[in-house]
Amino acid sequence: MNSEIAKSTSRSFPYRIVIEQRLKEPSRTYSLLISVLAIVVALFIGGFVIAQAGGDPIRSYRHIAKASFGNIGVFSDTLVKATPLILVGLACAVAFRSRLWNIGAEGQFFVGAFGASAIVLTPILPPDTSPWIFIPVMMVAGILMGAFWGLIPGFLKAKYNVNEIISTLMMNYIAVAWNNFFIYAVWSESGFQMSPMFTKNAWLPRLTDYSKVVPAFRGLTTHLGLLFGILAAVLIWFILYRSRWGYEIRLIGDNPQAARYAGLNITRNTILVMMLSGGLAGLAGMSEITGVVHRLQGAISPGYGFTGIIVAWLSKLNPFAVILVSILFGALILAGREIQPSGIPKMIQGVILVCLIASDFFLRYQIRIVRRE
Amino acid sequence: MDGRQEFESHSSEPPVVVEMRGIIKRFPGVLANDHVDFKLYQGEIHALLGENGAGKSTLMNILAGLYRPDAGEIYVKGKLVHFSSPRDAIKAGIGMIHQHFMLVPSQTVTENILLGLDQPRFILRLSEYHQKIAEFAERFGLKIDPKAKIWQLSVGEQQRVEILKMLYRGADILIMDEPTAVLAPQEIEALFITLRKMVSEGKSIIFISHKLHEVMEIADRVSVLSKGKVTASGVPAKGITRQELARLMVGREVLFRLDKKEQAPGDVVLQVEDLHAENDKGLPALRGVSLTVRAGEIVGLAGVAGNGQRELAQVITGLRKCTKGKILLNGEDITNQPVSYSIQRGLGHIPEDRTHVGTSPNLSITDNVIMKKYRQPPIARGMVIDMNQASQFAQQLVATYDIMVPTIRTPARLLSGGNLQKVILAREISGNPRLLVAVQPTRGLDVGAIEGIQRLLLTQREAGAAILLISEELEELISLSDRIYVIYEGKIMGEVTDGNIEVIGLMMTGTPMEQIRQGVQ
Repeated sequence: MNSEIAKSTSRSFPYRIVIEQRLKEPSRTYSLLISVLAIVVALFIGGFVIAQAGGDPIRSYRHIAKASFGNIGVFSDTLVKATPLILVGLACAVAFRSRLWNIGAEGQFFVGAFGASAIVLTPILPPDTSPWIFIPVMMVAGILMGAFWGLIPGFLKAKYNVNEIISTLMMNYIAVAWNNFFIYAVWSESGFQMSPMFTKNAWLPRLTDYSKVVPAFRGLTTHLGLLFGILAAVLIWFILYRSRWGYEIRLIGDNPQAARYAGLNITRNTILVMMLSGGLAGLAGMSEITGVVHRLQGAISPGYGFTGIIVAWLSKLNPFAVILVSILFGALILAGREIQPSGIPKMIQGVILVCLIASDFFLRYQIRIVRRE
Repeated sequence: MDGRQEFESHSSEPPVVVEMRGIIKRFPGVLANDHVDFKLYQGEIHALLGENGAGKSTLMNILAGLYRPDAGEIYVKGKLVHFSSPRDAIKAGIGMIHQHFMLVPSQTVTENILLGLDQPRFILRLSEYHQKIAEFAERFGLKIDPKAKIWQLSVGEQQRVEILKMLYRGADILIMDEPTAVLAPQEIEALFITLRKMVSEGKSIIFISHKLHEVMEIADRVSVLSKGKVTASGVPAKGITRQELARLMVGREVLFRLDKKEQAPGDVVLQVEDLHAENDKGLPALRGVSLTVRAGEIVGLAGVAGNGQRELAQVITGLRKCTKGKILLNGEDITNQPVSYSIQRGLGHIPEDRTHVGTSPNLSITDNVIMKKYRQPPIARGMVIDMNQASQFAQQLVATYDIMVPTIRTPARLLSGGNLQKVILAREISGNPRLLVAVQPTRGLDVGAIEGIQRLLLTQREAGAAILLISEELEELISLSDRIYVIYEGKIMGEVTDGNIEVIGLMMTGTPMEQIRQGVQ
């Protein structure tokens, strides 16, 4: 009975909704507006859940804002959280541009951290080496280890068509186990599950280190890694949009068949892109270990490598957008912990992601309400 | 049942099971079906013939409920129907078997057949259904193991599963979209036996094809579509000759002569010797093709689709490996060399699929036109691309070749087919190719765009390029080409220099040149 009534009313209702594919590219303002609206909607949904959980949404949001952007001190902490995200986000963005689904940034991050640590702990360089040598050597070690970790799945993909999603994911576990072996068995400090503290010469300089020159820097932990991230974003942008290699990456990513037709070497590119991606994630690991943790231990990443995937998607694979999105996520990670160790902050991250991805619908389709014939 | 009796009562002819009247279907820029009438009788195999893009598939997709017509009526067993989905069509007893099978590879035959049905509801006792389906298959002479997984089956067997699926759903009108295109010869034989068996059981079959000899072998009646219109409606297939069929399909419209200058061809640019290659399915597609193209001549390759043209173009341009034979470009061996090798040696290629192969949809016009030039100066400056040079180059091509684009930053996917083809052509021609392989360069374009593209090809001929033109448009081949080879089942049947359409038609249907000559004498 009910269904019949519904049918007859729907028949008499004079309007219907038509969803059509857009034939024209929407303007930049429009797409920006949609993204902002999506975040607003996400915050509303998040606020609703906070209210349900017995919290005050407005106070919570205000607290998040204050705890991440409230003053120079907390903003500096936000940037510290954003630093590895920028590098890992770039790593994912480059791979995704070439349609390589590298979800192994986490593992590449770990082996990057291992590579940098090995320089100090083996030790390859004596502890009194000048930072001018220490830091570049550790950078190279981190990048090379990450690139190697990307090379393996890249080679398997290119030569034997092994699904890189599976292989990169599996490589994550190997990386963690590999690091653990060294933490527990080789470099363990008197039985603890961590290595000894690195010598000061191997630390990335932080703003607070210059507080004698600029007193305002006192207590600010933002370290040189942020500069690596920004330079890497510029470099990746340049590679993608101004270099021959970047052109190949974009062409293969957009239409591999056309790339083959244009005579590109897809095998070589697959391997190289995976190495670039791994190298960036490795650099993230190096920067985190020498800029923040200062020793090799098990807990060096709260899943930066996986958050990087989200960062890359939200920034639509644009290197500069990666910086902004990383700062946003850095803020959420930092301030989230102020409200709750886990739960609500993670939920807000998730809702923002879902809303932003869903908002893409409005960029690709248009919705019209038309009169029934 | 009642309806059927009603039909049988008023004539001795078999009843009409499907009647389509005045069907019109428009797609952006194309009139795919233009007032098409179509009648299917019970118990017949009705072949629907036509070149690619003639509107056969559109018409049948309408009958199968996949598209809705813009105008026209469809009667099934005497009743006016309005299908809004394939489900409605199946309810009315119409089932379509597509060229690409819709099966779940990891599941068994039985599971695939039961998929989407209301019965069984909750508990699936497979053994019971295995038995049922085996018996059902037996009735139509479809040999199949119900327990086999789809991925273990050959293409022919998979097709049988598709047929069985439709029959099990109670379809008594079957539409088969080019069923033989994917089959090996023995499988075709087996399919034909099945089709005859089904017809004898009272089913009616629409058989879409463009292979004339098959149509002659299997069909009771033939309808021909050409450019969206019916050119022959329900002609009895018995007693019809190949020539007549070829004429029905190819048509005999007045050829418009292009302004083609007389010129003597130069040196041999492309030499293909005894080329063998396989298609995607691993079946032989080329079986000893030899041909030559000289500088300053357009050489056409005629043939019904699927006779090896695609593979030949791919092998010459390096996109497919050949198993035997030799390809020489300006005397240099390019057999099985990487694509970039022949590009550097002056090979231009207008691919058949302009959206999936010829261009990159989300990249800008600029990025699309530098596809083959980004490695060399002035666009390349070391490892860097000079964006100014690239934009200038794109701007210059847009102006020279009259490409209608908002800006050179527009992504390629927003261009119309004609403009997209001009982008490709401009890119390939701008490299001053020694050899240009053009596959279906005008397919799907409107008249104005077709003329523009054809003129560009002629200009290249005058500039001394060797052009291999592969097309299914005979008119185009005849008006543009200096010579025409005809390919049939991977072999060259012969060569025509006078554009004799009858001879081409005969060779397209598998009669070698020697036989035709003997026939004349």
